[in-house]
Amino acid sequence: MKRDGATTRTAAAPTGPAIVVDGLTKRFGERTAFADVSFDVAYGEVFGFLGPNGAGKTTTVRTLGTLLAPTSGNATVAGLPLTEANGVEIRRRIAVMPESPGLYLRLSVAENLEFFAGLYELDDRRGRIERALRAVNLLDRAGDPCRALSKGLRQRVGLARALLSDPQILFLDEPTSGLDPLAARDVHGLIDGLRRQGVTIFLTTHRLAEAEALCDRVGIMNTTLRTIGRPDELREQLFAKTLQITTRTPLDDPDAVFAGLPGVEGWHARTADPGGPGGAGGAGGAGYVLTLSDAELAAPAAARAVVGAGADLLALSPSHHSLEDVYLQLIDEDVEARTR
Amino acid sequence: MNALQSPLSWTRIRALIRKEVNDYRRNRFIAVTMAVLPVVFMISPVITIFKLPADAPASRIDTVVGLSLLYLMLIPALVPAVVASYAVVGEREQGTLEPVLTTPVRPTEFLLGKALAALLPTLLISYLMYGVFLAAVGAFAHENVVHDIFQAPRILAQLLFTPLLAGWSIWVGIAISTRSSDVRVAQQLSSFASLPPLAVAALVGFDVIKPTLTVALGLGLALLVIDVLAWRVVSTLFHRERLLTGGVKA
Ligand SMILES: Nc1ncnc2c1ncn2[C@@H]1O[C@H](COP(=O)(O)OP(=O)(O)OP(=O)(O)O)[C@@H](O)[C@H]1O
Ligand SMILES: [Mg+2]
Repeated sequence: MKRDGATTRTAAAPTGPAIVVDGLTKRFGERTAFADVSFDVAYGEVFGFLGPNGAGKTTTVRTLGTLLAPTSGNATVAGLPLTEANGVEIRRRIAVMPESPGLYLRLSVAENLEFFAGLYELDDRRGRIERALRAVNLLDRAGDPCRALSKGLRQRVGLARALLSDPQILFLDEPTSGLDPLAARDVHGLIDGLRRQGVTIFLTTHRLAEAEALCDRVGIMNTTLRTIGRPDELREQLFAKTLQITTRTPLDDPDAVFAGLPGVEGWHARTADPGGPGGAGGAGGAGYVLTLSDAELAAPAAARAVVGAGADLLALSPSHHSLEDVYLQLIDEDVEARTR
Repeated sequence: MNALQSPLSWTRIRALIRKEVNDYRRNRFIAVTMAVLPVVFMISPVITIFKLPADAPASRIDTVVGLSLLYLMLIPALVPAVVASYAVVGEREQGTLEPVLTTPVRPTEFLLGKALAALLPTLLISYLMYGVFLAAVGAFAHENVVHDIFQAPRILAQLLFTPLLAGWSIWVGIAISTRSSDVRVAQQLSSFASLPPLAVAALVGFDVIKPTLTVALGLGLALLVIDVLAWRVVSTLFHRERLLTGGVKA
């Protein structure tokens, strides 16, 4: 049987979004795994799905992977509405690498892949298995029983299995959990390679640096979708831009120096925080934080003002917030909301 | 059910069978069960029959032969029960169910693959043991015993009941497996549940019902109906979500 749409490796990607999720909710009895989640993922995009333990990430992947039926809401996966009747065809177009790779430990690496190649009814199985194993650098272990593989190697077999059918969309549920930094870097390289081939990737992870480096966009999840956007957008949305200023001695009248500067909205003295970025700590240093409306204007003006006031300017640095700051800020808000 | 309307993929079913057989060849418990159990259930009736004296009364011969054949039928009842009860729990324990269910495989195909993977070796082993039994008895037992064993209805009943008993054990084993979270418990329950249909075989074996061709065929038909009903029930149990989460405590 010839299947269309299974050729994402070529430049001609299918049109329309790869995944559309609209008000999707999944409950297990009383417990809500995720509620009213809506987002789109475009073809060719690497979409990061972040959230604390129990946030509903795996359940979302399982629902989109047609393993669980949603309680309410709609979704489209690989161009097909997420319904029971479309299950087989959706599963043909996607591949899921679950949280634990789930290999038959008594079977060899190649036997595991052969079985799945059969389930996908693939042609040229030998060639595909060889390519998949080469992609994860495991060709020389093809004959080893999976029981004899380390966790990282098993993870890679799981990845090879997910690649077998050339899926349009690849769901990866924490592909680097439990891997050492080197093995994780290998997986990152692989994901990056797939992205360049135009494979759409839905990546669940706890590693924020990983999401920041690999993902075009991320969604932060905590039962509900808390925010979604490009990592740099999220940083800007959530954190006011600031300018950190450090002088050798405290300014006599900081308000006179900073108030009314172009692009500056307000200021406050920075409390001693030796570990903080550009820490003012140390003998005699003084720190100020300016909140900005326009960094381009503010930085030179502030520098001139400080110097003009006769102070020794030690450092002047724009704020840098990582995706981790965004994440922690959002999840902290949730924790506070819950304890209130 | 739309899964039943669309044609089943034999490619997928074949892949499942091959995987299953490869897997339990290397599963010590299952391999030993499949190798040792049948031999025990074949040798012990052979010994009993050899010990029959030449001048044993016909009624005694009938009883011993009936018991022996019943013993042989324990093979198609018990062997697939042990194998099939491993079918779903075993996968769930290894965490392999989730990746399998994310492929295009349909629950019906999954179910059939599992069932056939248990049925085919069972038939092979059961008929082989029955063949060895017949050969041994035919060569060395007393004339009158041989005559009793080689009656057409007895042979037909044995040949017919073997797949039907196996069928029941497989469906029950898979049903228990679907709902269970512990391999050992599932295997014990299934072994137990595989025995009731043997009562039918026992009726023939012990001459409660005279073993005629009609009786053998009639009882075979009854077992077939039970098997089909069991398959229907198991099919409805076989729901993706239930498979994935069923039995496992959240
Ligand atoms: N089969 C199930 N039955 C009942 N509750 C479930 C089931 N699966 C998940 N849950 C619940 O749904 C919620 C979301 O779980 P999920 O596994 O999706 O979280 P997650 O974001 O993947 O967490 P983690 O980062 O730990 O993997 C949790 O409260 C979990 O206990
Ligand atoms: Mg998870």
